[in-house]
Amino acid sequence: MSPRLRWRKFVSGFMLTMTGVCALVAVSVLFLILGYLAIHGGASVNWNFFTKLPVPVGETGGGMANAILGSAKMLLLATLFGVPIGFFGAIYLAEFSGSTTAFFVRYAADLLNGVPSIVIGIFAYGLVVHPFKQYSTLAGGFALGLMMIPITLRSTEEFLRGVPNPLREAAMALGASKWKTIATVIVPAAYRGILTAILLAFARVAGETAPLLFTALGNQFWSPGWTHPTASLPVMIYTYALAPYDDWHRQAWAAGLVLLVLILVINIVARAILSRGIAVPRS
Amino acid sequence: MATTTTIVPSAGPVAGSRSFLSRLREGDEIARMITFLFAASVVLVTVLLVFELWQGSVLARHKFGFNFFHTSVWDPIFEQFGALPFIYGTLVTAAVALLIAVPLGIGAAIFLAELAPARVSDTLEFFIDLLAAVPSVIYGVLGVFIVVPLMRQYVQPALKHSLGFLPLFQGPAYGVGFLTAGIVLAIMVIPYIISVSREVLLSVPRDQREAALSLGATRWESTWKVVVPFARAGIFGSIFLALARALGETMAVTMVIGNTPTISASLLSPGYSIAAVIANEFTEATGELHTQSLIELGLVLFLLTFLLNGFARLLIVTTSRRGSGMGNV
Amino acid sequence: MKRIAGMLLVVLAVAGVLWADSALSITGAGATFPYPMYSKWFDEYHKKNSNLEINYQSIGSGGGIKQVTEGTVDFGATDGPMNDDQLKAYQDKHGFGILHFPTVLGADVPAYNIPGITAELNFTQDAIAGIFLGKITKWNDPAISGPNKGVNLPANEIVVVHRSEGSGTTYIWTDYLSKVSEEWKTKVGKGASVNWPVGLGAKGNESVAGTIKNTPNSFGYVELIYAIQNNMPYGRVRNSSGVFVKADLASVTAAAAGASKNMPDDFRVSITDAPGKTAYPISSFTWLLVPAKFSDATKRDAIKGFVKWMLADGQNYTEALSYAKLPKEVVVKELKALNSVQ
Repeated sequence: MSPRLRWRKFVSGFMLTMTGVCALVAVSVLFLILGYLAIHGGASVNWNFFTKLPVPVGETGGGMANAILGSAKMLLLATLFGVPIGFFGAIYLAEFSGSTTAFFVRYAADLLNGVPSIVIGIFAYGLVVHPFKQYSTLAGGFALGLMMIPITLRSTEEFLRGVPNPLREAAMALGASKWKTIATVIVPAAYRGILTAILLAFARVAGETAPLLFTALGNQFWSPGWTHPTASLPVMIYTYALAPYDDWHRQAWAAGLVLLVLILVINIVARAILSRGIAVPRS
Repeated sequence: MATTTTIVPSAGPVAGSRSFLSRLREGDEIARMITFLFAASVVLVTVLLVFELWQGSVLARHKFGFNFFHTSVWDPIFEQFGALPFIYGTLVTAAVALLIAVPLGIGAAIFLAELAPARVSDTLEFFIDLLAAVPSVIYGVLGVFIVVPLMRQYVQPALKHSLGFLPLFQGPAYGVGFLTAGIVLAIMVIPYIISVSREVLLSVPRDQREAALSLGATRWESTWKVVVPFARAGIFGSIFLALARALGETMAVTMVIGNTPTISASLLSPGYSIAAVIANEFTEATGELHTQSLIELGLVLFLLTFLLNGFARLLIVTTSRRGSGMGNV
Repeated sequence: MKRIAGMLLVVLAVAGVLWADSALSITGAGATFPYPMYSKWFDEYHKKNSNLEINYQSIGSGGGIKQVTEGTVDFGATDGPMNDDQLKAYQDKHGFGILHFPTVLGADVPAYNIPGITAELNFTQDAIAGIFLGKITKWNDPAISGPNKGVNLPANEIVVVHRSEGSGTTYIWTDYLSKVSEEWKTKVGKGASVNWPVGLGAKGNESVAGTIKNTPNSFGYVELIYAIQNNMPYGRVRNSSGVFVKADLASVTAAAAGASKNMPDDFRVSITDAPGKTAYPISSFTWLLVPAKFSDATKRDAIKGFVKWMLADGQNYTEALSYAKLPKEVVVKELKALNSVQ
């Protein structure tokens, strides 16, 4: 073997090993994050955390019950607002539209998708908070819902398009109208992918903080109804982490752990539904 | 609804071929209109957003004009607002992030696409996708508690000691700053580079690799000199995607950048980014001009990310179509 | 289909339950300076009036002024009183004015984190101004070490920490510096948000305290209770009589002595660099911003009720958190002014 060939072989082995190192480093970050949160926050994920309200500054024993509920309410609103728009909009794109309209709708969705979340916050403040003179769960839900629209729209459209044409043609041949075909054949056929898309969109906005700063503000009590400011997990994490109180740090880590586990579980379930075909009950 | 007894002669969904009345009767026209409304609302809301940004910054745009982009004084008392420190900070942190994330990301993508057996590759990709799902506030918290102390106690002093003659590494070791923010951003954008690059690399046709190997190239040479260049456009696309994410990132950056509007050659210096200043000052900007200047910053950021995302998409789709795979972005 | 309809019904039912407006919820926002006090007060007041929730968000005095002017919160809170332009802006926007109500007295203290130093340092006016102007950069500078003989100050670079957002605490600090340093007055000026010559920015008193705690060789200003609650060393400041005074209940009360006798009708007064041998020079009142008119009578009565309670029972909670009580003359005057809130 010539020296040059030996060198080239060495370089090959070395560089390829390095790429393995890169991959290892990238993947290990995930476990580092989980590990750190588990170690520092694990002990604080206790009954207090889930059931108590925050206590005055400097005292201990508080929890994040109101933040958990606040996040849940806003996510519910976001889903009710963003998913139908994305879902039905996607049906329009996949089944009804001509190519020019489709272009504009997709373009708008891509634009919306790329908007930095802080700018979404500015928009939601100008549209919902300022005119009604009220920080509210509604405003927060609206901001998060906006972010869910493009993800739901694009993914749903792709899965709808992925349904093979023979299915549509068979339904048509049996005399079904278009909307009936969509409702009873096409959507159920793409059900798994659509559900995955919704879950992924949900997980994405569950952790968003920036848009909530200008819309939901915060609340140390329970937020009654939908038109008052509310606490939320991501904002509490942000506030508590930057403060000097150790008790708040522990709570921030606990909240971070809970939030991260929730998001990861949703992601894993979503992917499992899509790839392995977990039996998903069809209505 | 009504099932006819006559066989419809034309098979297949041909839009617009039946009469309006028959479509209406069968509920299709209503379905079309309803779904159109939803689709149109997407366009409406996006147009409204751009409009609000444009209108909301009108005072600032008229007062400062293009000076906004190269003045560096941000003084709420004297109502002087220049965007330069924020644009600088946004670009510098993004540049640092890419410098770290691109080699690591492409390296990992090469490993996943070329070397790892399919199951290992899929499993690792699974974890990488999960990394992309971690919310930014959590990256921020870890930045504050792990990265900043590390930087302050070990990394920054070491850099000053060894490379302190460069203007890049001068000044006190605060722990926070451009470099720290860049590092945290790098961790956040690596998953994007890896997953997209991996896909485009996988879509490169087999015969390219085989041709190179049959000509006597080593595995590495075949990868680096043939496969990667073939997928070059898509890889650039992934870099643009990562860049767009880095530019728009708010929470993690504001927690580790130092929140000081400074333009400094040193990476150890604290700084500010567009997203961070908006997050910190928007709710309390007294004075229309202050608020509108912040909105103008938001507009700038929006345009930047919009352009980058557009390029990214173009590049990725081009590469994927060249290969045998389907573009799935 | 049926499943989806069923789920929607459940959702709506839950929504209906959650909609029940069980309590009257009032929102206020503003200063972080008195936040430990306010969070205690609103919590105690809620215990006594379980139908009333006063939600106070500490976003900084600048935020308090802005949001109460915008009308997105029911009341504001600030330690930097609204200036004439801001008052006019409020009047123009709403058609009626907004009133300042002092709540407690507090102090900005110079907190530091110097490795190995636990002693209480003495700071002259020039030292503080010089550090914040960026002219004094090391801890062992003569301006600092001069009044601190016997303390071995290291030759480390000072890391200045200040607020990143509009802050009343900043207003108090810069108001003081503008009075004692001509250079500061012309170069930087006083305000809630200034163009800082040096330093790191952190959001809220909480974050400044956190940053100082975590950053060696740092120096910044926080409200007294934040330094105490976090066991952070803070220094003495030389007052106008030349005495190095530490911030505490007595010295802060002494600073307000002169002002309380000559309190203006709108309660906007500065007591920094107050005369008196025992006065702490960086003291201040902090104010609630209450609109002069409310369209919602229940909210108005709730807020007025709280202010009355705050001026009476509420004052008994202040000293435990190291805030000084309001002077009696001020309380009397405030109760009178409260009647004008319609």
